[in-house]
Amino acid sequence: MERMPKWADVVLIPLISLLLAAVISGLVILAIGEDPINALNLMVKGALGSTYGWGYTLYYATNFLFTGLAVAVAFHARLFNIGGEGQAMLGGLGVALVCLYLPWPHWSLALIAASVGAALFGAAWAFLPAILQARRGSHIVITTIMFNFIAAAFLNWLLVGPLKPRGAMDPSTARFPEAVHLPSLHEILAPLGISFSKAAPANVSFLVGILACILVWVLIWRTRLGYEIRAFGHSEPAARYAGISPTKITVITMLISGGLAGMMAINNVMGEAERLVLNATEGAGFIGIAVALMGRSHPFGVFLAAILFGFLYQGGAELALWTNIPRELIIVIQALVILFTGALDNMVRMPLERLFMALRRRRA
Amino acid sequence: MTGQNANGARQATAAPDPQVPAIELRGISKAFGPVQANKDISMRVMPGTIHGIIGENGAGKSTLMSILYGFYKADAGEIMISGRPTLIPDSQAAIAAGIGMVFQHFKLVENFTVLENIILGVEGGGLLRPSLAKARAALKSLAEEYELNVDPDAVIEDIGVGQQQRVEILKALYRQADILILDEPTGVLTPAEADHLFRILRNLRDEGKTIILITHKLREIMEITDTVSVMRRGEMTATVKTAETSPEQLAELMVGRKVLLRVEKAPATPGKPVLEVENLRVVDAAGVERLRGVSLNIRAGEVLGLAGVAGNGQSELLEVLGGMMPATGQVLLNGQPIPLSGPHADGQSRRAAGIAHVPEDRQRKGLIMDYAAWENSVFGYHRDPAIGRGPLMRNAAILEHAEQQMQRFDVRPPNPRLAAKNFSGGNQQKVVLAREIERGPDLLLIGQPTRGVDIGAIEFIHQQIIALRDAGKAILLVSVELDEIMALSDRIAVIFDGRIMGEVPADQATAQELGLMMAGVATGKAA
Repeated sequence: MERMPKWADVVLIPLISLLLAAVISGLVILAIGEDPINALNLMVKGALGSTYGWGYTLYYATNFLFTGLAVAVAFHARLFNIGGEGQAMLGGLGVALVCLYLPWPHWSLALIAASVGAALFGAAWAFLPAILQARRGSHIVITTIMFNFIAAAFLNWLLVGPLKPRGAMDPSTARFPEAVHLPSLHEILAPLGISFSKAAPANVSFLVGILACILVWVLIWRTRLGYEIRAFGHSEPAARYAGISPTKITVITMLISGGLAGMMAINNVMGEAERLVLNATEGAGFIGIAVALMGRSHPFGVFLAAILFGFLYQGGAELALWTNIPRELIIVIQALVILFTGALDNMVRMPLERLFMALRRRRA
Repeated sequence: MTGQNANGARQATAAPDPQVPAIELRGISKAFGPVQANKDISMRVMPGTIHGIIGENGAGKSTLMSILYGFYKADAGEIMISGRPTLIPDSQAAIAAGIGMVFQHFKLVENFTVLENIILGVEGGGLLRPSLAKARAALKSLAEEYELNVDPDAVIEDIGVGQQQRVEILKALYRQADILILDEPTGVLTPAEADHLFRILRNLRDEGKTIILITHKLREIMEITDTVSVMRRGEMTATVKTAETSPEQLAELMVGRKVLLRVEKAPATPGKPVLEVENLRVVDAAGVERLRGVSLNIRAGEVLGLAGVAGNGQSELLEVLGGMMPATGQVLLNGQPIPLSGPHADGQSRRAAGIAHVPEDRQRKGLIMDYAAWENSVFGYHRDPAIGRGPLMRNAAILEHAEQQMQRFDVRPPNPRLAAKNFSGGNQQKVVLAREIERGPDLLLIGQPTRGVDIGAIEFIHQQIIALRDAGKAILLVSVELDEIMALSDRIAVIFDGRIMGEVPADQATAQELGLMMAGVATGKAA
């Protein structure tokens, strides 16, 4: 028997976790002498109160959408891909190379090519940890973390060396040509008669992210490959029995995961910065882990969680701007959300399960 | 359990009274859910003797020893150590009571030295040096006394299994064990290592230690024990002096004259050979040879039953044939060789070739417990073009087909959306069986078809196996239930220690003869 109804598992638990995180965050804000209600107001208004706020919220959400999906796909094969950060950095390199060194007549073609480039580079960065796990049993958590550092160092070298335009002072590539400029939400929505903030960075990549959610859903629940990935994640001996090669599934899953993480670069590198800068990913690869955990590795859950974290990012920035709450406290709030939705999941789950069991018994 | 000596504090008993049993069990019972693992067991083990416990798998030997070592709590009964009632709530108490256990699977820290492993848990004090020195001295005298030589500074992972076992014995002796329990100690040993172990055990006995040896090998019982207890289906059926018994008598006691299972079936009409296995060999990760040149063949329209105590290579044979484990040798299916290693030695290639496999462990291998029944209904066949379009699966069609299949195989409840873990053992097995039988394989491998299956489902499953046979298919049946083998098979082969001990037509086989072969005693009719 299921311990509790599905809706409680999918909706109630994250909501309660979130509420707990909010309450404790409120207490922390109270403790440093600020008004938590006011702070919440500011966050909501700053992140959701204007199309400018929404523009930023959705921009961050797009990043988290890709990295969250990356972690979620790997979770289905019970692989913990902590390397989203490094894979997204390499994805940025792929985007930069496509945009800088190939002539593009139209942004749409450039977007497709850049997506492919980003995915290929991200997947390539996931390949080595994957093959080491599959063939040698090197733990993927360790190797992907190490590959994050290698990626950062590698990009450092590229951006102060080979990729830096002659004479430039900052460690970044040249600006991408005008032809590969991605339409922002403002430009997309204007012809429909909807006015959207011109300054916000949200762009067409958000739609690509939604498309990725749908494709991941199809992959996991409608294809033979997804069936094999989930089967392998549930039980390796059973997978072996069914003739599913653990090596092959580990590598393929990680390639897909790395590719998704890499594709984040079409948002932050191509859509926003329009050049590759140092530390372009800003930790989005790690946020992806929290997003996947909170979204229960389901694409729709990942979508909602990505929006939530986009809200926290943007709302947090507003908070730092308008109050005396230090920027670091934003990280505390985000950490609390991660702590309650991810690590302390059982704290909410167990009492709730008992409650539902008791209710059922009374009814029976 | 009743008794007062809860803390198990043991007084040094210099010379145990030879008239008082070292261990006495009185009316021990233990149930796991509906399964009665031990039923009212009483046993006396005299000090300074080697006492064997023999029985088939699931007879309750390990449960009984786990109770004695404090892993399980008995539902009823009493344990007396040297005449004193003793409570053994955990292994600490067992050690304090002077009981040492050597498990089948060693519990050693692989990258520690012998000495470090010996003092692990009894370091005594913050500094290691004094206790290491003390252990070194103790080890030296033990080695001389009992032929228990091991290099104290060798790292465990560098020494062989025979030596690792000696370390386990040394660990127990270092903790002042007077009673030593060994669970299937020769399972991982070569014959020479086993002989050495027996010399050690005799030395220990001659020094007044009491030894309990759990085994399923009659040869060992006859060779080394002084008394032997036979267990069957959770009960202790007899305790006899080894000198006054014979392997034949023990085999009969072990297998028993149970009520025979009856399965209605017509005589087999075997056709052409479907499976021909020649000199099959498997070496496991630890370097132990699990299959040592197995040869057998099965014809169309017959059931070959493979009898044997678990752990003698039958699981490996199934896994090799099912494409889950590489091997050397030759296997012909319908006259064509099938690959035994490489990328095409996998489950999907085997299924494509016409080999279906109902694995021994259906919950760990045959099913994905979190998958719904309909998803499990194509497990292993999920690449079949018929169930999808290109990379996509036709979930609705699979669901519908699964629903009909569940009706036909009487799976209860017939709800294909229910996860496999929510079905009973018998119904899980029906889901697996339906999947494997429905595609009409040429050869069905079936392991422990009715393990953990309720009575009603057993009959149904047996009928399905016979129906498949009558449809002209070849069936390899592996079971530790001798009744089942005898009821279903047309021919019976017995596997022992990775070799086929012999083969007999089912209508001429007797439980006693099979029992002897299962315990490693070759009979005249060995093939």
